[in-house]
Amino acid sequence: MTNTPRTLYQKIWDAHVVDTRDDGTCLIYIDRHIVHEVTSPQAFESLRAAGRPVRRPDLTLAVPDHNLPTTARRDANGNRIPIADLQSAQQLDLLEKNAPAFGIRYIGDADREQGIVHVVGPEQGFSLPGATIVCGDSHTACNGGLGALAFGIGTSEVEHVLATQTLLLKQSKTFEVRVEGTLGAGVTPKDVILHIIGLIGTAGGTGYVIEYTGNVFREMSVEGRLTVSNMSIEGGARAGLVAPDDITFDYVKGRPYAPKGEEWDKAVAWWKSLATDEGATYDKSVFIRAEDIQPTITWGTSPEDTSAIGGVVPAPEDFADASKRDAVKHSLEYMGLTPGMKLTEVEVQNVFIGSCTNSRIEDIRAAAEVLKGRHKADNVKWAIVVPGSGLVKEQAEAEGLDKIIIDAGLEWREPGCSACLAMNPDKVPPGERCASTSNRNFTGRQGPGARTHLMSPAMAAAAAVTGKLTDVRDLAPAN
Amino acid sequence: MQAINHVAGKAIPFGRKNVDTDVIIPAHWLKTVTRDGLGQGAFEAVKKEDGNVFTDDRWAGAPILIAGDNFGCGSSREHAAWALLDMGITCVIAPSFSDIFSGNAFKNGILTVALPQAAIDRLMEVAQDQPIDIDLDTQTVTTQFQDRFTFDVDPFRKHCLLNGLDEVGLTMAQGDAISAYENKAREGLPFLANTLSIAA
Repeated sequence: MTNTPRTLYQKIWDAHVVDTRDDGTCLIYIDRHIVHEVTSPQAFESLRAAGRPVRRPDLTLAVPDHNLPTTARRDANGNRIPIADLQSAQQLDLLEKNAPAFGIRYIGDADREQGIVHVVGPEQGFSLPGATIVCGDSHTACNGGLGALAFGIGTSEVEHVLATQTLLLKQSKTFEVRVEGTLGAGVTPKDVILHIIGLIGTAGGTGYVIEYTGNVFREMSVEGRLTVSNMSIEGGARAGLVAPDDITFDYVKGRPYAPKGEEWDKAVAWWKSLATDEGATYDKSVFIRAEDIQPTITWGTSPEDTSAIGGVVPAPEDFADASKRDAVKHSLEYMGLTPGMKLTEVEVQNVFIGSCTNSRIEDIRAAAEVLKGRHKADNVKWAIVVPGSGLVKEQAEAEGLDKIIIDAGLEWREPGCSACLAMNPDKVPPGERCASTSNRNFTGRQGPGARTHLMSPAMAAAAAVTGKLTDVRDLAPAN
Repeated sequence: MQAINHVAGKAIPFGRKNVDTDVIIPAHWLKTVTRDGLGQGAFEAVKKEDGNVFTDDRWAGAPILIAGDNFGCGSSREHAAWALLDMGITCVIAPSFSDIFSGNAFKNGILTVALPQAAIDRLMEVAQDQPIDIDLDTQTVTTQFQDRFTFDVDPFRKHCLLNGLDEVGLTMAQGDAISAYENKAREGLPFLANTLSIAA
């Protein structure tokens, strides 16, 4: 191996090259593959048609998440409650049948380990630092918070990985996003990543893998890093990375699929060697002062449409680029917003706290801390908290957080993707507004005509309390 | 995958920037378990806008779509590529594409042609009433007005597209190299190679 200084990304890449072609395309080995019900049926069907087996079922894990209702899944007698949407039921049924048919371990809809794939992977220790991890889902980038090279793939690639445990890839360029300084009160990992996307734009990372560096990420919890890396794709980057360190090792140790004994020691030694070498260069870099980051929300229909909560709705003329002006005009029309309006005057009728971005225990705690001793506003008609997994749910209940949430007038649900993309019954009605901790504010994302504002769990909880977009730092003291 | 070389015909002058895959095919269409029939749901919300290019008879059955920067951003859903194919689109021209979308398009025999904005502007103009011609072999986009734009394409992808090759089959032929890697990894990175057997 070469002595040239290398980045974290290059080191993980180099360790996984099976074969290199003349044009630089590499056959890359995939260590972990997570499969959910939406992007896998066609892949299994193609394998079956060609008579091809799954090469490494032991490196594959199947978990349903997108279509599952977040209401009870079993009746009092333990029988499955049928799913009304027959297409959803069919997709779920196919995964439940395809997984054992191909020898793949399956976590079922009512198992306590079930949850959103990107929450389950790290939680189970299935996702590990230094590993290559894929899933037919763009938020696989989430796992990069552990220092894994993790990215979303299409269904043809799902089939390719199932059949060969490899992918044909070209090396990406590297993009360093460095944040140094001290984050202010009320500024969370979600605010950090929204601020970054606002700065670099949704195409800023296209063709790149982002490495998040600087003391802000070094001092961040693993769950915070997962939130940040999760939204790398919203900045156009297929993957994000945070160098694994002691905080990571403490998080991974003892999890069900994590290495043990001698293998653990070997793993830690290797993981420690992965940090970017001094003198290694990135293809591009941005530097951000932590003090410049405010609690941040989105006002438009692209994740790059961000603003500090203290700001106003922008006007199309505020943008230099002609096609962006046109996009902003469309956005504001769709969102029902007028330029110049203060963001804190925008009323919300719905609140969604959940998704692979913000449904881990720290997120539920942050929401509960705001909700404690407070109650949702009357104009908020629908407010749900959806834990990322059955284990997150158990933990939250053990801490009494469910009670705080329910006492505040919000609903406490079963784990799944839920209203992030509204494939299950959890939808925001047309024309209504939602304060959401999810990752995409695209047109129709939370249901046809739904208007989404992205924000942190604390900010979404604050919006539930006041019925308006709210600076969590300005909330009146709780009773 | 269907071999593809030449695409010629009407081009839908959409032109919008940052078209995400939720716009191309909304999530409620993802409940299908086949690759067919998604054309109906393609650009569902855009089709409801007054004066949109997708319900305009002038571009009915067009095999080419022209869009703005960062086409196909967002979700990894391959349904976006399947929806375009089901609409009859086999070539998308834009200044840039998201990484995941361009991979999905390629694997379904859809040609993604990246051209500078000035060329896009010109083609948007031509597409109002005249056809456009794309040739993969010579990597050129031409019009009957003597416009001629060349584009880059990855040599491996070009080879696969021209010959309609099955990538899974190609990689499976490298089974020995994959086994060799697995044996080596089992020694060097056992914690990655051994996995699930350790969890009871």
